[in-house]
Amino acid sequence: MADASLFEYLQRLGDDRLVLGHRLSEWCGHGPILEEDIALANISLDFIGQANLLLGLAGTVEGKGRDADALAYLRDPVDFRNVPLVEQPNGDYAATMTRSFLFDAFDYLLTRDLQDSGHPELAGIAAKAHKEATYHLRHSSEWLVRFGDGTEESHRRAQDALDELWRWTGGLFLADEVDQALHARGLAPDLAALEPEWKGMVSELIGRATLTLPPVQPITARGYRRGDHTEHLGHLLAEMQILPRSHPGAEW
Amino acid sequence: MNAAPADVMEVLEQVKDPEVPVISIVELGIVRGVEVTGDSVRVDITPTYSGCPAMQTIEEDVVAALRSHGFREVTVRTVFQPAWTTEWIGEDARRKLQEYGIAPPGHLQPGAPVQLGPTVRQVACPYCGSTLTEVRSQFGSTACKSLHYCTACQQPFEHFKAI
Repeated sequence: MADASLFEYLQRLGDDRLVLGHRLSEWCGHGPILEEDIALANISLDFIGQANLLLGLAGTVEGKGRDADALAYLRDPVDFRNVPLVEQPNGDYAATMTRSFLFDAFDYLLTRDLQDSGHPELAGIAAKAHKEATYHLRHSSEWLVRFGDGTEESHRRAQDALDELWRWTGGLFLADEVDQALHARGLAPDLAALEPEWKGMVSELIGRATLTLPPVQPITARGYRRGDHTEHLGHLLAEMQILPRSHPGAEW
Repeated sequence: MNAAPADVMEVLEQVKDPEVPVISIVELGIVRGVEVTGDSVRVDITPTYSGCPAMQTIEEDVVAALRSHGFREVTVRTVFQPAWTTEWIGEDARRKLQEYGIAPPGHLQPGAPVQLGPTVRQVACPYCGSTLTEVRSQFGSTACKSLHYCTACQQPFEHFKAI
Protein backbone atom coordinates (compact mmCIF):
# COMPACT_ATOMS: atom_id res chain seq x y z
CA MET A 1 0.00 0.00 0.00
CA ALA A 2 1.26 3.44 -0.88
CA ASP A 3 2.58 5.62 1.91
CA ALA A 4 -0.06 8.39 1.81
CA SER A 5 1.60 10.63 4.42
CA LEU A 6 4.99 10.48 2.73
CA PHE A 7 3.39 11.19 -0.66
CA GLU A 8 1.62 14.22 0.81
CA TYR A 9 4.79 15.47 2.53
CA LEU A 10 6.91 15.14 -0.61
CA GLN A 11 4.34 17.13 -2.58
CA ARG A 12 4.54 19.92 0.01
CA LEU A 13 8.32 20.04 -0.30
CA GLY A 14 8.24 19.77 -4.08
CA ASP A 15 5.44 22.29 -4.65
CA ASP A 16 7.02 25.03 -2.51
CA ARG A 17 10.12 24.77 -4.68
CA LEU A 18 8.33 24.39 -7.98
CA VAL A 19 6.14 27.45 -7.43
CA LEU A 20 8.91 29.68 -6.07
CA GLY A 21 11.23 28.48 -8.83
CA HIS A 22 8.62 29.42 -11.40
CA ARG A 23 8.03 32.82 -9.81
CA LEU A 24 11.76 33.60 -9.83
CA SER A 25 12.05 32.48 -13.45
CA GLU A 26 9.55 35.20 -14.37
CA TRP A 27 12.40 37.68 -13.81
CA CYS A 28 14.44 36.09 -16.59
CA GLY A 29 15.13 38.85 -19.10
CA HIS A 30 13.63 41.49 -16.77
CA GLY A 31 16.23 41.63 -13.98
CA PRO A 32 17.22 45.08 -12.73
CA ILE A 33 20.86 44.41 -13.67
CA LEU A 34 22.42 41.64 -15.71
CA GLU A 35 24.08 39.97 -12.69
CA GLU A 36 20.76 39.70 -10.88
CA ASP A 37 19.01 38.39 -13.96
CA ILE A 38 21.59 35.59 -14.02
CA ALA A 39 21.38 35.10 -10.26
CA LEU A 40 17.62 34.57 -10.28
CA ALA A 41 17.78 32.26 -13.28
CA ASN A 42 20.37 30.19 -11.38
CA ILE A 43 18.35 30.10 -8.17
CA SER A 44 15.22 29.26 -10.09
CA LEU A 45 17.07 26.37 -11.71
CA ASP A 46 18.09 25.05 -8.29
CA PHE A 47 14.50 25.14 -7.03
CA ILE A 48 13.04 23.55 -10.14
CA GLY A 49 15.79 20.91 -10.01
CA GLN A 50 14.92 20.15 -6.40
CA ALA A 51 11.21 20.04 -7.26
CA ASN A 52 11.95 17.60 -10.07
CA LEU A 53 13.73 15.26 -7.64
CA LEU A 54 11.11 15.59 -4.89
CA LEU A 55 8.08 15.22 -7.15
CA GLY A 56 9.79 12.34 -8.93
CA LEU A 57 10.18 10.62 -5.58
CA ALA A 58 6.57 11.52 -4.68
CA GLY A 59 5.37 9.82 -7.88
CA THR A 60 7.35 6.69 -7.03
CA VAL A 61 5.92 6.63 -3.50
CA GLU A 62 2.39 7.10 -4.84
CA GLY A 63 2.88 4.15 -7.19
CA LYS A 64 0.30 5.16 -9.78
CA GLY A 65 2.71 5.78 -12.60
CA ARG A 66 2.80 9.58 -12.28
CA ASP A 67 6.25 11.10 -12.78
CA ALA A 68 7.49 14.58 -11.83
CA ASP A 69 6.11 16.10 -15.05
CA ALA A 70 2.66 14.60 -14.50
CA LEU A 71 2.55 16.04 -10.99
CA ALA A 72 3.89 19.44 -12.02
CA TYR A 73 1.82 19.97 -15.14
CA LEU A 74 -1.36 17.97 -14.75
CA ARG A 75 -2.54 18.77 -11.25
CA ASP A 76 -5.03 21.58 -10.57
CA PRO A 77 -4.51 24.39 -8.03
CA VAL A 78 -6.47 22.53 -5.31
CA ASP A 79 -4.00 19.66 -5.59
CA PHE A 80 -0.97 21.91 -5.02
CA ARG A 81 0.45 21.81 -1.52
CA ASN A 82 2.71 24.88 -1.51
CA VAL A 83 2.40 27.63 1.10
CA PRO A 84 0.82 30.93 -0.01
CA LEU A 85 4.08 32.87 0.56
CA VAL A 86 5.79 31.39 -2.50
CA GLU A 87 2.90 32.05 -4.90
CA GLN A 88 2.72 35.79 -4.13
CA PRO A 89 3.52 37.93 -7.17
CA ASN A 90 7.06 39.21 -7.71
CA GLY A 91 6.23 42.89 -7.23
CA ASP A 92 9.36 45.06 -7.31
CA TYR A 93 12.82 43.71 -6.60
CA ALA A 94 12.53 44.51 -2.90
CA ALA A 95 9.36 42.40 -2.71
CA THR A 96 11.01 39.52 -4.58
CA MET A 97 14.07 39.59 -2.31
CA THR A 98 11.95 39.87 0.85
CA ARG A 99 9.81 36.90 -0.19
CA SER A 100 12.99 34.95 -0.99
CA PHE A 101 14.64 35.85 2.31
CA LEU A 102 11.62 34.73 4.38
CA PHE A 103 11.51 31.43 2.50
CA ASP A 104 15.29 30.92 2.25
CA ALA A 105 15.77 31.22 6.02
CA PHE A 106 13.06 28.57 6.48
CA ASP A 107 14.52 26.40 3.71
CA TYR A 108 18.02 26.64 5.20
CA LEU A 109 16.83 25.30 8.56
CA LEU A 110 14.46 22.70 7.11
CA THR A 111 16.99 21.18 4.70
CA ARG A 112 19.69 21.25 7.40
CA ASP A 113 17.58 18.94 9.58
CA LEU A 114 16.04 16.96 6.72
CA GLN A 115 19.52 15.65 5.89
CA ASP A 116 19.10 13.37 8.91
CA SER A 117 15.85 11.90 7.57
CA GLY A 118 15.53 8.14 7.95
CA HIS A 119 14.49 8.01 4.28
CA PRO A 120 17.86 7.70 2.50
CA GLU A 121 16.79 9.21 -0.81
CA LEU A 122 15.04 12.15 0.82
CA ALA A 123 18.09 12.71 3.05
CA GLY A 124 20.32 12.76 -0.02
CA ILE A 125 18.12 15.25 -1.88
CA ALA A 126 18.04 17.44 1.25
CA ALA A 127 21.82 17.34 1.64
CA LYS A 128 22.19 18.68 -1.89
CA ALA A 129 19.39 21.22 -1.41
CA HIS A 130 20.92 22.50 1.83
CA LYS A 131 24.09 23.62 0.07
CA GLU A 132 21.94 25.51 -2.41
CA ALA A 133 19.69 26.95 0.31
CA THR A 134 22.81 28.29 2.02
CA TYR A 135 23.89 30.46 -0.87
CA HIS A 136 20.31 31.43 -1.71
CA LEU A 137 20.04 32.76 1.84
CA ARG A 138 23.35 34.63 1.55
CA HIS A 139 22.07 36.25 -1.64
CA SER A 140 18.63 37.30 -0.42
CA SER A 141 19.82 38.43 3.03
CA GLU A 142 22.49 40.61 1.43
CA TRP A 143 19.86 42.31 -0.71
CA LEU A 144 17.45 42.83 2.15
CA VAL A 145 20.16 44.66 4.15
CA ARG A 146 21.11 46.65 1.08
CA PHE A 147 17.52 47.74 0.49
CA GLY A 148 16.55 48.29 4.12
CA ASP A 149 19.73 50.11 5.08
CA GLY A 150 19.96 51.90 1.71
CA THR A 151 18.16 54.98 0.48
CA GLU A 152 14.87 56.33 1.75
CA GLU A 153 13.15 54.92 -1.32
CA SER A 154 14.70 51.44 -1.08
CA HIS A 155 13.94 51.33 2.67
CA ARG A 156 10.31 52.23 2.06
CA ARG A 157 9.95 49.56 -0.61
CA ALA A 158 11.53 46.86 1.57
CA GLN A 159 9.34 47.80 4.53
CA ASP A 160 6.21 47.78 2.33
CA ALA A 161 7.17 44.32 1.06
CA LEU A 162 7.73 43.01 4.56
CA ASP A 163 4.40 44.46 5.74
CA GLU A 164 2.61 42.81 2.84
CA LEU A 165 4.36 39.41 2.94
CA TRP A 166 4.70 38.83 6.67
CA ARG A 167 1.14 37.50 7.03
CA TRP A 168 1.89 34.67 4.58
CA THR A 169 4.76 33.26 6.64
CA GLY A 170 2.30 31.50 8.96
CA GLY A 171 1.90 28.64 6.49
CA LEU A 172 5.59 27.70 6.78
CA PHE A 173 5.23 26.27 10.27
CA LEU A 174 1.75 24.76 10.11
CA ALA A 175 2.36 21.26 11.36
CA ASP A 176 -0.60 18.92 10.92
CA GLU A 177 -0.92 15.16 11.33
CA VAL A 178 1.13 14.57 8.18
CA ASP A 179 4.15 16.42 9.59
CA GLN A 180 3.65 14.83 12.99
CA ALA A 181 3.42 11.32 11.52
CA LEU A 182 6.56 11.85 9.45
CA HIS A 183 8.42 13.32 12.41
CA ALA A 184 7.36 10.43 14.64
CA ARG A 185 8.76 7.98 12.08
CA GLY A 186 12.08 9.84 11.99
CA LEU A 187 11.60 10.90 8.38
CA ALA A 188 11.11 14.65 8.84
CA PRO A 189 12.15 17.34 11.33
CA ASP A 190 9.82 18.81 13.94
CA LEU A 191 8.49 21.97 12.29
CA ALA A 192 7.43 23.54 15.58
CA ALA A 193 11.01 23.32 16.87
CA LEU A 194 12.32 25.19 13.83
CA GLU A 195 10.02 28.16 14.24
CA PRO A 196 11.83 29.98 17.11
CA GLU A 197 15.15 29.54 15.32
CA TRP A 198 13.67 30.97 12.13
CA LYS A 199 12.10 33.85 14.00
CA GLY A 200 15.45 34.66 15.65
CA MET A 201 17.33 34.55 12.38
CA VAL A 202 14.76 36.69 10.57
CA SER A 203 14.42 39.26 13.39
CA GLU A 204 18.17 39.68 13.64
CA LEU A 205 18.55 40.41 9.95
CA ILE A 206 15.50 42.65 9.79
CA GLY A 207 17.06 44.67 12.61
CA ARG A 208 20.35 44.94 10.73
CA ALA A 209 18.42 46.10 7.69
CA THR A 210 16.89 48.84 9.92
CA LEU A 211 13.43 47.45 9.11
CA THR A 212 10.61 46.76 11.55
CA LEU A 213 8.77 43.49 12.04
CA PRO A 214 5.11 44.11 11.18
CA PRO A 215 2.73 44.04 14.13
CA VAL A 216 0.32 41.67 12.34
CA GLN A 217 0.12 38.00 13.23
CA PRO A 218 0.90 35.62 10.37
CA ILE A 219 -2.15 33.73 9.13
CA THR A 220 -2.19 30.10 10.19
CA ALA A 221 -5.22 28.67 8.39
CA ARG A 222 -4.93 24.89 8.26
CA GLY A 223 -6.07 24.80 4.66
CA TYR A 224 -2.76 26.28 3.53
CA ARG A 225 -1.19 22.85 3.38
CA ARG A 226 -4.26 21.20 1.89
CA GLY A 227 -4.96 23.02 -1.30
CA ASP A 228 -6.28 26.40 -0.20
CA HIS A 229 -4.51 29.15 -2.10
CA THR A 230 -4.60 32.85 -2.78
CA GLU A 231 -5.92 33.95 -6.16
CA HIS A 232 -2.39 34.10 -7.57
CA LEU A 233 -1.63 30.39 -7.89
CA GLY A 234 -4.23 29.71 -10.58
CA HIS A 235 -2.79 32.40 -12.82
CA LEU A 236 0.73 31.12 -12.28
CA LEU A 237 -0.26 27.54 -13.12
CA ALA A 238 -2.22 28.62 -16.18
CA GLU A 239 0.96 29.99 -17.64
CA MET A 240 3.20 27.18 -16.41
CA GLN A 241 0.93 24.34 -17.52
CA ILE A 242 -0.57 25.57 -20.77
CA LEU A 243 1.84 23.86 -23.13
CA PRO A 244 1.72 20.29 -21.75
CA ARG A 245 -2.04 20.60 -21.28
CA SER A 246 -2.72 21.91 -24.78
CA HIS A 247 -0.34 19.43 -26.42
CA PRO A 248 -0.33 16.30 -24.22
CA GLY A 249 2.86 14.32 -24.56
CA ALA A 250 4.58 17.01 -26.64
CA GLU A 251 8.33 16.54 -27.02
CA TRP A 252 10.98 18.64 -28.68
CA MET B 1 35.09 -9.42 -22.69
CA ASN B 2 36.79 -9.34 -19.32
CA ALA B 3 36.81 -5.82 -18.02
CA ALA B 4 37.55 -4.67 -14.49
CA PRO B 5 36.10 -1.55 -12.84
CA ALA B 6 39.55 0.04 -13.28
CA ASP B 7 39.19 -0.29 -17.07
CA VAL B 8 35.84 1.47 -16.88
CA MET B 9 37.37 4.24 -14.79
CA GLU B 10 40.07 4.64 -17.41
CA VAL B 11 37.38 5.27 -20.05
CA LEU B 12 35.52 7.65 -17.73
CA GLU B 13 38.74 9.63 -17.23
CA GLN B 14 38.29 10.63 -20.87
CA VAL B 15 34.73 11.93 -20.38
CA LYS B 16 35.00 15.67 -19.80
CA ASP B 17 32.68 17.93 -17.87
CA PRO B 18 30.73 19.52 -20.76
CA GLU B 19 30.78 22.94 -19.09
CA VAL B 20 34.37 22.85 -17.85
CA PRO B 21 36.07 20.75 -20.52
CA VAL B 22 39.53 20.72 -18.89
CA ILE B 23 38.57 18.28 -16.17
CA SER B 24 37.03 14.84 -16.43
CA ILE B 25 33.92 13.70 -14.59
CA VAL B 26 36.21 11.49 -12.48
CA GLU B 27 38.35 14.48 -11.48
CA LEU B 28 35.18 16.44 -10.77
CA GLY B 29 34.28 13.74 -8.26
CA ILE B 30 30.82 12.83 -9.50
CA VAL B 31 31.50 9.17 -10.37
CA ARG B 32 30.46 7.23 -7.30
CA GLY B 33 30.64 3.62 -8.32
CA VAL B 34 31.13 1.19 -11.17
CA GLU B 35 29.79 -2.34 -11.45
CA VAL B 36 30.84 -4.63 -14.27
CA THR B 37 29.00 -7.84 -15.19
CA GLY B 38 30.33 -9.45 -18.38
CA ASP B 39 29.88 -6.85 -21.08
CA SER B 40 27.38 -4.82 -19.06
CA VAL B 41 28.33 -1.96 -16.84
CA ARG B 42 26.51 0.26 -14.39
CA VAL B 43 27.94 3.66 -13.50
CA ASP B 44 26.70 5.64 -10.49
CA ILE B 45 26.96 9.40 -10.74
CA THR B 46 25.83 12.15 -8.40
CA PRO B 47 24.69 15.63 -9.47
CA THR B 48 26.79 18.69 -8.61
CA TYR B 49 23.65 20.86 -8.33
CA SER B 50 19.99 19.76 -8.11
CA GLY B 51 19.13 21.50 -11.36
CA CYS B 52 22.41 21.05 -13.20
CA PRO B 53 21.41 21.00 -16.88
CA ALA B 54 24.63 19.19 -17.83
CA MET B 55 23.65 15.95 -16.09
CA GLN B 56 21.81 14.57 -19.10
CA THR B 57 24.70 15.36 -21.43
CA ILE B 58 27.10 13.70 -19.00
CA GLU B 59 24.89 10.61 -18.91
CA GLU B 60 24.82 10.44 -22.70
CA ASP B 61 28.59 10.96 -22.89
CA VAL B 62 29.22 8.14 -20.40
CA VAL B 63 27.01 5.75 -22.39
CA ALA B 64 28.64 6.70 -25.70
CA ALA B 65 32.21 6.41 -24.33
CA LEU B 66 31.65 2.99 -22.79
CA ARG B 67 29.77 1.65 -25.83
CA SER B 68 32.66 2.64 -28.06
CA HIS B 69 34.94 0.64 -25.76
CA GLY B 70 32.93 -2.53 -26.26
CA PHE B 71 30.43 -2.48 -23.43
CA ARG B 72 27.11 -3.62 -24.82
CA GLU B 73 24.83 -2.56 -22.04
CA VAL B 74 25.53 0.66 -20.15
CA THR B 75 23.25 2.00 -17.45
CA VAL B 76 23.81 5.22 -15.56
CA ARG B 77 22.24 5.53 -12.15
CA THR B 78 21.90 8.81 -10.27
CA VAL B 79 22.70 8.59 -6.56
CA PHE B 80 22.32 11.34 -3.99
CA GLN B 81 24.32 10.17 -1.04
CA PRO B 82 26.83 11.30 -0.04
CA ALA B 83 26.05 14.70 -1.59
CA TRP B 84 28.71 16.10 -3.89
CA THR B 85 30.83 18.92 -2.57
CA THR B 86 33.77 20.76 -4.14
CA GLU B 87 35.97 18.86 -1.65
CA TRP B 88 35.73 15.98 -4.15
CA ILE B 89 37.78 17.95 -6.66
CA GLY B 90 41.42 16.84 -6.34
CA GLU B 91 44.51 19.06 -6.25
CA ASP B 92 45.47 18.10 -9.80
CA ALA B 93 42.05 19.16 -11.11
CA ARG B 94 42.24 22.42 -9.12
CA ARG B 95 45.51 23.23 -10.88
CA LYS B 96 43.91 22.50 -14.27
CA LEU B 97 41.00 24.81 -13.45
CA GLN B 98 43.42 27.58 -12.50
CA GLU B 99 45.40 27.16 -15.74
CA TYR B 100 42.13 27.30 -17.66
CA GLY B 101 41.32 30.66 -16.07
CA ILE B 102 38.81 29.54 -13.45
CA ALA B 103 39.78 30.25 -9.85
CA PRO B 104 39.50 26.87 -8.07
CA PRO B 105 37.19 26.46 -5.08
CA GLY B 106 38.55 27.14 -1.62
CA HIS B 107 38.28 24.51 1.08
CA LEU B 108 35.14 24.38 3.19
CA GLN B 109 35.00 24.76 6.92
CA PRO B 110 32.60 22.01 7.91
CA GLY B 111 29.76 23.07 10.15
CA ALA B 112 30.44 26.79 9.80
CA PRO B 113 27.16 28.70 10.24
CA VAL B 114 25.84 30.72 7.35
CA GLN B 115 26.77 34.39 7.40
CA LEU B 116 23.85 36.61 6.62
CA GLY B 117 24.04 39.99 4.98
CA PRO B 118 26.96 41.39 3.01
CA THR B 119 30.14 39.33 3.30
CA VAL B 120 33.61 39.65 1.84
CA ARG B 121 35.25 36.61 0.33
CA GLN B 122 38.79 36.75 -1.01
CA VAL B 123 39.38 34.86 -4.22
CA ALA B 124 42.82 34.98 -5.86
CA CYS B 125 42.89 35.98 -9.53
CA PRO B 126 43.75 32.90 -11.66
CA TYR B 127 45.78 35.07 -14.04
CA CYS B 128 48.02 37.20 -11.81
CA GLY B 129 47.44 35.69 -8.38
CA SER B 130 46.43 39.00 -6.81
CA THR B 131 43.80 38.95 -4.08
CA LEU B 132 42.72 42.50 -4.95
CA THR B 133 39.56 41.11 -6.47
CA GLU B 134 35.88 41.93 -6.26
CA VAL B 135 32.79 39.74 -6.45
CA ARG B 136 30.69 40.92 -9.37
CA SER B 137 28.01 38.30 -8.94
CA GLN B 138 27.63 35.21 -6.79
CA PHE B 139 26.12 33.61 -9.88
CA GLY B 140 27.85 33.06 -13.20
CA SER B 141 27.44 31.42 -16.57
CA THR B 142 26.73 28.05 -14.93
CA ALA B 143 25.32 27.06 -11.54
CA CYS B 144 28.78 26.11 -10.25
CA LYS B 145 30.56 29.41 -10.89
CA SER B 146 30.56 32.99 -9.61
CA LEU B 147 31.79 36.10 -11.38
CA HIS B 148 34.76 38.18 -10.18
CA TYR B 149 36.97 41.02 -11.30
CA CYS B 150 40.66 41.51 -10.61
CA THR B 151 41.51 45.15 -9.90
CA ALA B 152 45.25 44.40 -10.18
CA CYS B 153 45.33 43.03 -13.74
CA GLN B 154 41.85 44.27 -14.68
CA GLN B 155 40.63 40.88 -15.83
CA PRO B 156 37.16 39.52 -15.21
CA PHE B 157 37.32 35.86 -14.20
CA GLU B 158 35.14 33.01 -12.97
CA HIS B 159 35.44 31.17 -9.69
CA PHE B 160 34.33 27.61 -9.07
CA LYS B 161 32.17 28.15 -5.98
CA ALA B 162 33.00 26.14 -2.88
CA ILE B 163 29.88 24.29 -1.78
